[in-house]
Amino acid sequence: MSNDGILRGSFFMDGDTACAEGAICAGCRFFGGYPITPATEIAERMARRLPQVGGTYIQMEDEIASIAAVLGASWGGARSMTATSGPGFSLMMENLGLGIITETPCVLVNVQRAGPSTGMPTLVGQGDMMQARWGSHGPYEIIAIAPSSPQELFDLTIRAFNLAEKYRTPVLVMTDEAVGHMTERVVIPPLDEIEHYPRRKPQAPPNDGYLPYQPDPDGVPPMACAGDGYRIHVTGLTHNEKGYPATVSVEAQHKLVERLIRKIRDNRDDIIELHEDQVEDAEIVVVAYGISARTAARPVRLAREMGLKVGLLKLVTVWPFAEDRIRDLATKVRAFVVPEINMGQMALEVERSAEGQAQTIPVPHAGGGLHDPGEVLEAIKRAMGS
Amino acid sequence: MAEELTNVLISEHHPMDSLLRQDRLPHIWCSGCGLGTVLTCFVSALQKLELDLDKVVVVSGIGCTGRAAGYLNLDGFHTTHGRAIPFATGLKLANPELKVVVISGDGDLMAIGGNHFIHAARRNMDLTVLCVNNFNYGMTSGQVGPTTPTNARTSTSPYGNTEHPFNVPYLAAATGAAYVARWTALHVRRLERSIMEAMQKRGFSVIEVISPCPTYYGRWNKMGDTLEQMRYYHEQSVIRHWTDPAQADIDLGGEIIVGRFVDIDKPTFSDLQREADQ
Repeated sequence: MSNDGILRGSFFMDGDTACAEGAICAGCRFFGGYPITPATEIAERMARRLPQVGGTYIQMEDEIASIAAVLGASWGGARSMTATSGPGFSLMMENLGLGIITETPCVLVNVQRAGPSTGMPTLVGQGDMMQARWGSHGPYEIIAIAPSSPQELFDLTIRAFNLAEKYRTPVLVMTDEAVGHMTERVVIPPLDEIEHYPRRKPQAPPNDGYLPYQPDPDGVPPMACAGDGYRIHVTGLTHNEKGYPATVSVEAQHKLVERLIRKIRDNRDDIIELHEDQVEDAEIVVVAYGISARTAARPVRLAREMGLKVGLLKLVTVWPFAEDRIRDLATKVRAFVVPEINMGQMALEVERSAEGQAQTIPVPHAGGGLHDPGEVLEAIKRAMGS
Repeated sequence: MAEELTNVLISEHHPMDSLLRQDRLPHIWCSGCGLGTVLTCFVSALQKLELDLDKVVVVSGIGCTGRAAGYLNLDGFHTTHGRAIPFATGLKLANPELKVVVISGDGDLMAIGGNHFIHAARRNMDLTVLCVNNFNYGMTSGQVGPTTPTNARTSTSPYGNTEHPFNVPYLAAATGAAYVARWTALHVRRLERSIMEAMQKRGFSVIEVISPCPTYYGRWNKMGDTLEQMRYYHEQSVIRHWTDPAQADIDLGGEIIVGRFVDIDKPTFSDLQREADQ
């Protein structure tokens, strides 16, 4: 470790630890957490590491308090984060909405386990993907990314912080127990080689017409924090550009909600990251994310060995959904095969985006384990025959 | 006469104007409600403390009191129901030079936010909490709450409240607060002084302010018009500093013990964290 407390070099570490180290490299200096399997190791690592880099770890009384503190810390000027799993994720939904409407940059990691409810705390699941999209009430758009290796947990946690600052919004890292507890080599580059998107501060000094919710041309308003002298008012109520409540103005509601959605939707080319393998000539495309994108690699290879034209599209960004790419591919391929460790969530998005141009074959798994390569291969063969 | 008039201190602006958001007024609070007085006491305390007002932040939850953050010309955060304290915790820890004050109601802080309240007290988080207690949920038109006295009537306790209420100072003291006081909205000078003390206190400082709610609680309990209700709270309260908070229960129709109950020095969360890091 260097003098500044930042790791660099090549290490064996598990995904949860890589997530924490990514956060440290991204400049995260506040973690509000609550222990929960299988995300606890992130909190443990942050409790050890944050004091070494001048940051603050606090273990809150529950996950509701954790995310509330994370939002507060962001307004205090810190890059802030929390990490949890299904039950805690459910508890965070209300304040996720507060983060969205107040446009508070922060990162929320969900190391998914099998649910519903307490479910299988130590075993893998991917059942929170729709909750990530729709779990908080009201209309909104969300950014969520899905790492599928410890290296990606490191890299994408950094990306999550940068996206959070760039678009002034909570960003979800939707990983899973298998990735969080998997130990692999993680390369940590020197800090000056890591992208750092700084907080978008107002250009105008206080008392010079700064409106806290007046957006820049890309739809994102610069952010004055508490103590910066701007005397901002921030509310979870529908508000105007001044930040003042406009709770009975249908016009203000429309303007605000539309901007909150468009600042993400209109920038989806920048936000969406996909990894494609052998998709160019494919007749069947397996669409997967997180650990399921790893387990899908083998059936894709086996299918290729059998002479079947199969490719793999890995959703690195899960939300906003890559509907343009799926729509485009749907005119060229026969079918999409979607293995995921839930009973069919992102498969619905694939099906919607395909608009009937190609078939969508879900490969559901109720959770607690990974797909058997044979199951996915069978689905590929079935798709080929269709 | 002419000489007398010229001696009258006149000003184009109210002396508190600079601390209030003029463009948000008039406020939504009912006439006879204590919240205006509480806000006045708070502003007055701020002016006397001569703090750097750019570093004073008010965090509110949801409810009538929750609107306080929006009327003050300070950095203000109107958060979700019950979550003002954990939000304030993050804010304070991320930027320790901020003076963070939570102003919220009894329903917000004691019911949905009760868990956060006791844990912030336990940690001795360096925050000041003004808990305005009107014995019911005013914003939603007067439902029973965690501080409603037993037998008191509200829209959801129409036959009388069958629960025991929280004694806010006792709860605060028992869970670790460094400063605990109770006043009514009628004790304007004492409340103002108490707010100054609380804001200068390092650690978790709590002031419960008993406030009339003429529109709901007062009407349900046949407490008369607004002036009668103010008079009632004033006359029912007795100042007994250093009373054991356990003895400061509020019973329906009974006396309201007010005063400064706790003022102790103990390490804050950040003090202990700094020690551990060395």
